[in-house]
This record gives sequence, structure tokens and C-alpha cells, in this order.
Amino acid sequence: MALELGRIMVEEVVLGEATWLAGRTLVVGREELDDFLRGSDARLARIDVSLASPGDDCRIVCVKDVIEPRVKVAGDRIGVGRTLILNGVAVVTCGQIVGFQEGIIDMRGPGAAHSPFSQTMNVVLDIAVVDGLSPHQHEEAVRLAGLRAAAFLAEAARKARPEAVACYEELVASAGSPSLPRVAYLYMLLSQGLLHDTYVLGENAQGGLPRDISPLALLDGAITSGNCVSACDKNTTFHHQNNPLLAELLARHGRELNFVGVVLTNEPVRLADKEASARRAVALLMELAPAGVVISKEGFGNPDADQMMLIRGLEQAGIRTVSITDEYAGPDGASQSLADITAEADAIVSAGNANARIVLPAMARTLGPLADLSRLAGAYPQSLRPDGSVEIELQGLIGATNQLGWQRLRAREV
Amino acid sequence: MVKEIERAGITVVHCCSIVPISLTVGANRIVPTVAIPHPFGDPAKTVAEERALRRQLVERALQALATPVSGQQVFS
Amino acid sequence: MAIRVVHYLNQFFGGLGGEEQAGVGPSLVAGAKGPGILLERLHPDLLVVATVVCGDNALAERPEAMVAEILDLLAPLFAAGQEERPQLLVAGPAFNAGRYGLACGAVCQAVAERYGIPVVTAMAPENPGVEQYRHAVPMVATALDVGGMAAALGGMAALGGKLVKGVEVLPERDGYLPQGLRRNVWAAESGAQRAVAMLLAKLHGEPFATEYAMPVFDRVEPAPAIADLSRATLALVTSGGIVPRGNPDRIEAANAQKYGAYSLTGLAALSPASHQTAHGGYDPTYANDDPNRVLPLDAVRELEATGRIGRLHETYFATVGNATSVANARRFGQEIAHRLLSARVQAVILTST
Repeated sequence: MALELGRIMVEEVVLGEATWLAGRTLVVGREELDDFLRGSDARLARIDVSLASPGDDCRIVCVKDVIEPRVKVAGDRIGVGRTLILNGVAVVTCGQIVGFQEGIIDMRGPGAAHSPFSQTMNVVLDIAVVDGLSPHQHEEAVRLAGLRAAAFLAEAARKARPEAVACYEELVASAGSPSLPRVAYLYMLLSQGLLHDTYVLGENAQGGLPRDISPLALLDGAITSGNCVSACDKNTTFHHQNNPLLAELLARHGRELNFVGVVLTNEPVRLADKEASARRAVALLMELAPAGVVISKEGFGNPDADQMMLIRGLEQAGIRTVSITDEYAGPDGASQSLADITAEADAIVSAGNANARIVLPAMARTLGPLADLSRLAGAYPQSLRPDGSVEIELQGLIGATNQLGWQRLRAREV
Repeated sequence: MVKEIERAGITVVHCCSIVPISLTVGANRIVPTVAIPHPFGDPAKTVAEERALRRQLVERALQALATPVSGQQVFS
Repeated sequence: MAIRVVHYLNQFFGGLGGEEQAGVGPSLVAGAKGPGILLERLHPDLLVVATVVCGDNALAERPEAMVAEILDLLAPLFAAGQEERPQLLVAGPAFNAGRYGLACGAVCQAVAERYGIPVVTAMAPENPGVEQYRHAVPMVATALDVGGMAAALGGMAALGGKLVKGVEVLPERDGYLPQGLRRNVWAAESGAQRAVAMLLAKLHGEPFATEYAMPVFDRVEPAPAIADLSRATLALVTSGGIVPRGNPDRIEAANAQKYGAYSLTGLAALSPASHQTAHGGYDPTYANDDPNRVLPLDAVRELEATGRIGRLHETYFATVGNATSVANARRFGQEIAHRLLSARVQAVILTST
């Protein structure tokens, strides 16, 4: 059982009448997409479809999720068969704020370096819902619209011939040389209610975790995001579809290490549940008999406690750990970075100080509800300056301190 | 915050859901509560049950305030 | 153009004398003295426009008064035009002299705060001034005694020059002691690549450097137990973001810059009509449906009515504990404590989400 991911190298995205792939140009049928989305969910009142490409003088605000368009062309279940990807394209959902934690993507300028989605050709959906929806319904309608839009666009790729095809085999524990260290991946997912949820194979991660999962299912999009912790350290669906830590482990599998598997765990809201999840995750990992485990995190604050429990549990069981975390050290970097610590956490990879401030120059074009910008986590009431520039913490930028290790940013002591 | 209030000589009890964070930060009197989004409540219970639960947690907090401690102590 | 420097020296290096002159208060002289003369000779890009000399004991015994006096002595220099204003304060080097090191730290910190110019000092890593002031003051590491004079002056000249020019500095490259501040930099590899590489090093028993060493949190003595709650005044404080409906103070959803003080007078319980959460870090549904779930006013009022507690303080304090820096949280706590003390509050229930 194997998975093939075929990438169609899209070089340009344009708006048009119908949605189709013209060589390396993706034409997005603006009205067609709008009709399709509103036809599939009566809760959607209005959808503005626009494009934002790398280098554009453009800022996208109140971004909720980012999704890579993919279509399954062979295989009857996730993680098996053949999936085609519109490489370089992303669906970006934004719109009126539901909570406080949607974020910003800048397509050029100093903010662009802090988000992977300054490098993708974005089909931006600014979504308004009908009046009278509860916050939960609002969140769900927007989330599903993004996923549907990505699937709709990817249909254009169904008949295309991918230029690059990567083949993945199911991990065989004994595949590599026995002298290579056995390494597992512990993948923490936020699962705390409205705007703080993640979905695994379509199910809310508040239940059913911890569990093990095939890396092939992860590569094939098993995880979708329904959450908005701070924009900087939420994992968008795009991040989950292209998990850099998973890619790194697969690339080194059989050469420098034996990659023995992935355990997903959640970050519950009750202490007893946190402790139970940590115990269960450690037990599941021990079944894989790894010498070492890399731990990625989502969110900050109370998830620090989950991460520390996991580190302690594994290290005390004789399994060595490395953990990725971002930091909240204050704008001046003088405060304590984490909400919780443990002596066993002797190998930490920093994803940067999310409290560091950045000034983003004014842009010619803004997509999404600019009025809500100063309410984003990481913003201040005076964040939006009269000249259109924005002073904000990195916290407010989508993916800036991603804890799957996407970015090169780190904090260091000075 | 809890430490600065205590440093000023005011007896303080920290009621929170994630006790390890409170222990790390350095609160001395700690009362564990229900869950992050509803420390003093539980939407799964009836209104009357929830009020009783809340009353019980506040009583425990008062008991912690009235108890001499020499270092960190969790009142559960 | 040479950089205009003010130099701080103790009585010994300032040429007043030894221990017998340590009680002498501050004085300001034009031009360079002692090590300052060497500094100018070795580093012609620096011009010492004035030197402050103060006895170590005077500063150690009455630090606030002496520092204030020094700031006043310097005021005329900083009142001058842009072309004449000092650009850099150099203090010491203090080597391993404890009182001198503390004085250098105190003067540097005060001058930087008052006059907003870069400051630099130098001392041995063992000097007690290091622990007390390294967070606020860039310090070049020196030898234990004057044998390291030229190196210390060279280090301060190079570091000070960069600070005046606004060039980014790093401890290992520019020879100063780490200040315990976290600064963002770009690594050569992604976090994912670094994580796997670090794990492999750890598993192979090879050296690796954690990117965040676990800190030590400070502890505070527990306050005494409340002997008789039925006669005590109790206050409510929350980091759970419960504020009057509409969030009148606009407390930020994350990394709060302020807290609010709100009246409880006439309220037997909180309600969705009167209060809401401003916290961006948790699912707000439950707190907005019933704010007592975060700030349990209804239960506290019941216990007040039964006489279990003497009295509820009629003001509660609220902020949002969500990515809020420890520095801000400490400040909020200090200010709230001050207000509680003046209201004769003896006990506090602090709720967090």
C-alpha cells in the first residue's frame, strides 16, 4: 500500500469565467466558485473572491485558515493511491472576526518573511455569513467553505499530468539498518473548543486521541484545522498537509534514523485529561520502542504544561526528546518565555519570540475586514496607524513562530 | 500577579485549572478548578449542580486562605 | 568626528585617593582622568568630554541620593545642542571590585534611563554588579585586576562605538556578558531540520546546545493564614478576562497591557447581560453564557451573606492572562496589591483560566 503525491507546478493564477487549468495557469471561475460555495451552504451570505500573489502590494487580514488544493484521483481511502496537488496555490479564508485570534498575511515587505503564505499564490475568500448564526455555526460555515473551495479548485487538476511525483511506502519498522536510532514523532494538536479545535480524519480531536496514525495518512491530509490560537503558532490546514517535521523524518529515514511512527495527542482543558493524555501518549510511543522522540506543539500557555508533561514522561521512561516551542518573552525579551518548565526539557528548539514587535508598512490593497485588525491577538488598540501601517507583535502573523518547525526564526539569549 | 500580591503580605489563593503552571509560576496556596474555559463551572451539569460545585470550590479556596502553609500546597 | 564620551570612575581611578577617600560624593571634571586618558590614547575615535568621580562607599551607602546627584551634575551637558551632547557613557572598568561594579551598574542604568544614550561598563564575571545589572547594562567581561585594563578599555570602546551607531551586537561576537534577553534571529536551517539534527546528536551522545535553557522561577514566602475569615475583607482578582460588557478599558485579548478595576456594588451575581470575557486564549462560549464560571461572584456573595467571610471588597480587578509577559503581570500584581493594601484587604481569591 503506497501513496503517490503528484504536484502540478502552477505558475500563475488568474480570475476568469470557468475554473480550469491552462497549462501552468490556474483559471479561477470567480462567480462559479461563489455560486458553488453559497449553493452548498445556506449560512454563507457573501463571498468575495480575489487573488494575492507573492510580491503583491497586498495585506490579507483576519485570516482563518489556509488550505492547499488537492484531489484524490486513485485509491479508496486516505493515505493510499494517488493525490494530485495544485502546487504553489493556497485557498485563504478570511472575514469578520469570530474570536480574537485570526491573523495577517503580508505578500511583500518585512512581514512577508514571517509567513509561508507570502510565497503562495492565494485565492482569497472574504466570507460573510448570514445574520443570527452562533459563533460555532459561523466558525464551521467558514471552515467548511475553505475546504470545499480547495476541493473545487483541485478538480481542475484531475486530468492533469503532474511534473513531480513522490512515492511513499508504509513505514516498515525493520526497514533501516538496525544500527540506526529508532525515532518517533509526537504531534500535539490543539483541541479546546470554539476556534481552538483540530480535526483528525474529520473527527474533532477533542475525542479519540492520543492515537497512532500512519505518516501516509498525514501526508494525504488527515488533519484539518478548525482553530485560531494566536496566528503565529496555530497550524493551518496547509501546515498539516505539508508538515515539515514529518518531511524531515521521512527524508532521513533509512539513512540517519529509523522512523518508527507518529502518535497524535491533544491538549485538553482539564488537568486530569491533560495527565491522562500524556500517560496514554507515552504508553503508545513506548509500543514503538523509540530511542528518541521529536515533539511539536500547537498554541502556547497551557499547552506548555502538556508539552512539559510529555517530555518528563518520555525522559523518565528513558526515551530522549527534542521539543519545538515558541516563546512569549515580552516585547523586550526580558520575561520568562514559557508558562511551564521541567528540568528534563534539556533539548529545546526555539521558534522565536512571538511578542517581538514588527512594523508593517501600508499596502495598496487590503483583503478582509480591516476594521477588525486591532482586535487580533498580538495587536493593540492603536495597532493600525493613521498612515495605514500596522505595528503588531509577530503573534498576529500567520505562521510566524510555527511549532512544526516551518520557519527559520528562533530566539536566542543576548 | 499572584506572587506580587503575596509579596505585599496579602494572603492569596490561586484557583486555576492547570496546576503545574501555577506550581511553576510559584503560587503557594493552589486550588484546582474544573477546566480552562470554565474553572468554576461545568456546562454539562444542571444549573443547580453547577452552583453547588461552584460554592464548593469557593469554600475550598476559603479553607486554603485559613490554612497555614510553609511552601507550595495544592488543596484538592 | 569622535564619539563624545562621559566617563565614570571611582575615587581610586579618579585620582582622589584610596580607601580613605571612598566616602567622597560625586564631582564632575572636564576631560579625561586616569583610565580615560588611556582610553583616548588607545582609541582616538573616542573623546572624553567629562569625567564623573565618586567614592565607592558614598555610592554604596546612599545609592539613590548619589545617583540623583550624578544625574544632576550631568544635566548641563545634556542640555547642550545636538553637536555637543554626550553620546556614550563609559563606566569603569571595575574588574573584581564589588562596590565599584555595583556603582558602575547603577550609574549606567540611571543615565540610560534619564538621558537615553547608550552606556557600557566592564567588570569581571564574578563581580556582584554583574548579577544585579547585566539585564539592563551591557558589560564587557574583564580580568580580575588592572592587568586587564587595556583589553577592558578596548572592549568598551568597540562595543560602545557599535551601540552609538545602532549596530546590532551579540555577546560572543562583541565580548559582553549575556543580558538574559531573548532576541529573534534567523537560523540557517528551519526549526524542523534543527530539531531532528539535535535529536540525532542527543541520541549519539554528541554535544548539542538547547535553544532555550530552562529558567529558574523565583519563589515568595507564603503569607500567614487568615485567622478569622468572618472578620476579613476578601477581594476577587482574575486573569480570566471577565470585564463589564463592552470591555470598557479595551483590555487586549492577548498580551494585555493593562488591567481593569470594576465595581461589584449592588451585584449579587454576574450575568451575560452585565459581563463578558475579553480573553482570547480559550473558548469564550461558557464564560459569556455565565461569567460566574470564571469569577464566582454568586457563590462569594452567598458566603458573605452567611457570614463565612466578613466582607467582599466592592471592586474586583481583571486582566487577560494570555501571552501576557511576566513583566506586565508583575506590574499589574504590584499595582493591584498596592490598591488592595490601601483598602485594607487581607485575603484574595485569584482565578485563572
